[in-house]
Amino acid sequence: MTDSPAPQRRITIDPLTRIEGHARITIDLDARGSVQRARLHVSEFRGFEAFCVGRPFTEMAAITARICGICPVSHLLTAAATGDRILAVTIPPAAERLRRLMNLAQILQSHALSFFHLSSPDLLLGWDSDPERRNLFGLIAADPELARAGIGLRQFGQELIAALGGRRIHPAWAVPGGVRSALNGEQRQGIRAGLPQAFASVELGLALFKRLLDERLREELAVFGDFASPFLALVDATGQWEHYGGSLGVAGCGGGIRVMASDGSLLADGLDGTAMETLLAEAVEPWSYLKFPYLRALGPEAGSYRVGPLARLNLCRRIGSPRADRELLELRQRGGRVVTASFLYHLARLIEMLACLEQIERLLDDPLITSTQLRAHAGVNAREGVAVNEAPRGTLFHHYRVDGDGLIEAVNLIIATGQNNAAMNRTITQIARHYLGRGQLSEGLLNRIEAGIRCFDPCLSCSTHAAGMMPLLVQLRGADGALLDEQRRD
Amino acid sequence: MNVCSLRIDDRALTVAAGTSLLLAARRAGIVIPSLCHLDGLTPVGACRLCLVEVDTAGPLAACVTAAAEGMRVRTDTPLLRDIRRSLVEMLFSEGNHTCAVCIADGDCELQTMALRVGMDHNRLPGRFPSRTVDLSHPLFGLDHNRCILCTRCVRVCDEVEGAHVWDVGWRGERCRIIAGLDQPWGAVDSCSHCGKCVEVCPTGALFHKGSCGGDHPSHPERLAALLRGRRRQEGPP
Ligand code: SF4
Ligand code: SF4
Ligand code: FES
Repeated sequence: MTDSPAPQRRITIDPLTRIEGHARITIDLDARGSVQRARLHVSEFRGFEAFCVGRPFTEMAAITARICGICPVSHLLTAAATGDRILAVTIPPAAERLRRLMNLAQILQSHALSFFHLSSPDLLLGWDSDPERRNLFGLIAADPELARAGIGLRQFGQELIAALGGRRIHPAWAVPGGVRSALNGEQRQGIRAGLPQAFASVELGLALFKRLLDERLREELAVFGDFASPFLALVDATGQWEHYGGSLGVAGCGGGIRVMASDGSLLADGLDGTAMETLLAEAVEPWSYLKFPYLRALGPEAGSYRVGPLARLNLCRRIGSPRADRELLELRQRGGRVVTASFLYHLARLIEMLACLEQIERLLDDPLITSTQLRAHAGVNAREGVAVNEAPRGTLFHHYRVDGDGLIEAVNLIIATGQNNAAMNRTITQIARHYLGRGQLSEGLLNRIEAGIRCFDPCLSCSTHAAGMMPLLVQLRGADGALLDEQRRD
Repeated sequence: MNVCSLRIDDRALTVAAGTSLLLAARRAGIVIPSLCHLDGLTPVGACRLCLVEVDTAGPLAACVTAAAEGMRVRTDTPLLRDIRRSLVEMLFSEGNHTCAVCIADGDCELQTMALRVGMDHNRLPGRFPSRTVDLSHPLFGLDHNRCILCTRCVRVCDEVEGAHVWDVGWRGERCRIIAGLDQPWGAVDSCSHCGKCVEVCPTGALFHKGSCGGDHPSHPERLAALLRGRRRQEGPP
C-alpha cells in the first residue's frame, strides 16, 4: 500500500474527542480510494528549553509539572530523581517508599480516568451508538455502578496524592534528595479504609472488559493496532514489574530498562538512564511537533517501540503480587507471552490498577512510611543527571546538564506519548484501512479511529478532558487540497 | 512632645510631629498598601504604592511624607486605586513573574498586592527581559527575574547587619541589585551569610538554595522582633 500513487483525497478528523488534547487526523487515500496511510498531527508546541535554561535545577519539578499538566506527578518525581543524581546522593529509604506510593497513586488515578471515563462509554455502548450518549453521562445512565467505580477510583488515587503532597495542584513535595513530608497515622488509616472498595471497583471493570472481549470485541483485538514491535519498560532487579527507577544507576540496585522484541527476545536489559542517549534516537517529521523516538540500533522503522501499561506487563517476568499476577497469566493466555494487540492496553491498565492497589496496601504497612528522615541535603556534585520512571502512559526520561552552581544548561525529556507516537499512527492506519469502506465516512469510523488512539491514552494537551462530546470536524479533501466534503458535530 | 492633628479619610487624629503618614494611618486603623516599606528599615519611597491624596499637594508617598498640622489625607480614592493597580501591573510586566513555577508562589507580597489592588489580569504587555540567576553563594540565590527593586535587601544588609553587600547598580531598564559592587554574590567576602536579605525580600527573588516551589521561608516580620530584641540588649540610653 505504501507504494501507491500520491494520495487523492484527504479526510480530516479534528479535534479528537475525549483525548486530553488537540490533535488532527488525516487519512490519505490513493487513487483507487483505498487508505494509503493515516496520520495523527500534533500541533501543540511546548518550549521546554526556553523555560528551563538558566533556571536552578531545583525548579525543574515545578516547571515540568506545569508544562506537562496531564501527569504532573510523574514529572515531579522524575525531576526530583534527576536532582538526586546532580546532588549525587542516595535518598533516605523512607523517601523512596513515599515517592513510590505517590507514583502508584498517580498511575491508579490516571488509568481510572482513561478506562472508566474516557474509554468505557465506547466499549460499553458501542462505536455506532448515539454520540450524545457516548460519554460519561451516557455511562452514568447505562451503568451507574461502573461510572461510580471509576469516579471512586480516581478519588482514591487523588486523595492519596493529596495526603502526601498537599492539596495544591502541583505540589513540590518530591525534592532533589528526597521528599518533604511523610504520611501521618491518621492519613494512613484513611487510605487503608478505602482499599476494599477500590479493589472491588477494579474487579468490576476487569470483569466487564473481559466479558466484552469474549463477546463482541474480537474484531477490535485484531484491528486496533495489532502489529509486531519492540516494547520498552523498566523491570526490577529480579525481572518483576517496576514503576520507579529512582535507584537505578546506584551500585547494587540492579533492575533497569529492558527492551524486548515481540517474539520475546531481549534487545536490551539492565540499563540505567545514562544509557538513554546510546539506546535511543529521535526522529522529527515535518507534520508533527511530537518527536518519534526509536531504538538507535534498529533505525526509525524497525526501531519504533511501544511503552506504557502493555509494555510493562509484556516485559516483566511477573508482577509480584497475587491478584495482579493471576490476571497477568490470563492476559498472556489471551494475547500470548508478548501481547502485540494494542487494544489490550485497556486490559493492561486494569491489571496495573490491581497491581497498584496491592503495592499501595503493602507500602501502607511499612513502618518507614511515617518516618521523619526524608531528605538528603547536598550541593551540586555532578554536572549531569538522568532519571527514568514509569509514568501512567509509559517510560519517562529526564536528562539535565547544569553549570557548577546548578543552573540548567541543557534539558532533554523523552515522554511516553512521544514513544508511542509511531504506534498510534500505525494503529489508526490499520483501523482506517479496515473500516473506511470506499471512502465513506461514518460516525462509527471516526469514533473507532479516536478509540484506536485512546488505547495509548496520549497526553496531548494540558487541557482538561471533556466529560461530554466535543465538537468534531471531518473534512474530505482532494489531492489538490480542495475541500470535497465536511462533516461537523458540535 | 511636638504633636500635630490631621484628618486621614474621615478620622481625626493627633500624632507626634514627624510621624510618617503611613504610620499615622496605621494608628487610625487604616492600612495603606505598601511594598518597599518594612518596619525597622529607613523608608525610601521606591515602590509608590503608598501614594495618598493630600489636600495641599498632589499624590504623595505616605511612607516618606511626614504628618503636618491640619493636613487632610485621603488614602482610598478612584485615582489612587487606578494608580496602584497600574503600578503593580508595571512591576509584573517589567520582570519575569511566572508565579506558577516560582518558589514564593502563595507566599509573595507582590502576588498578595496584585490581589489587593484587583489586578485580575495585566493590561500591559510583558517585557520579558533577559535576566540572570546568581547561584554563586553557598546558601542563597538571587533571581533577578523576580526582583522588584524595593531595596529592602540593600537596606537591611547595610542598616541592620552592617555588611553592606548590596547596592543598586545601573540605570533604567538595566537597573538591578548588585553584590560587592557587581560581583557574583558568592565572591563577596563581606557577606556574613546571615540570611537577613532573604528573610525580608517580598518576592521570590532572594531564596534559600535548594528550595523548590512552595517552600519559601520568607519572614519579613521577624526583622521588627530582631530590632526590638537588640534595643532591649542595648538598654535605655
Ligand atoms: S546574607 Fe546577610 S550579610 Fe549576606 S548579603 Fe544578605 S543580609 Fe547581607
Ligand atoms: S532582591 Fe528582593 S529585597 Fe532585594 S530589591 Fe529585589 S525584591 Fe527587593
Ligand atoms: S511603601 Fe511607600 S513608596 Fe513603597
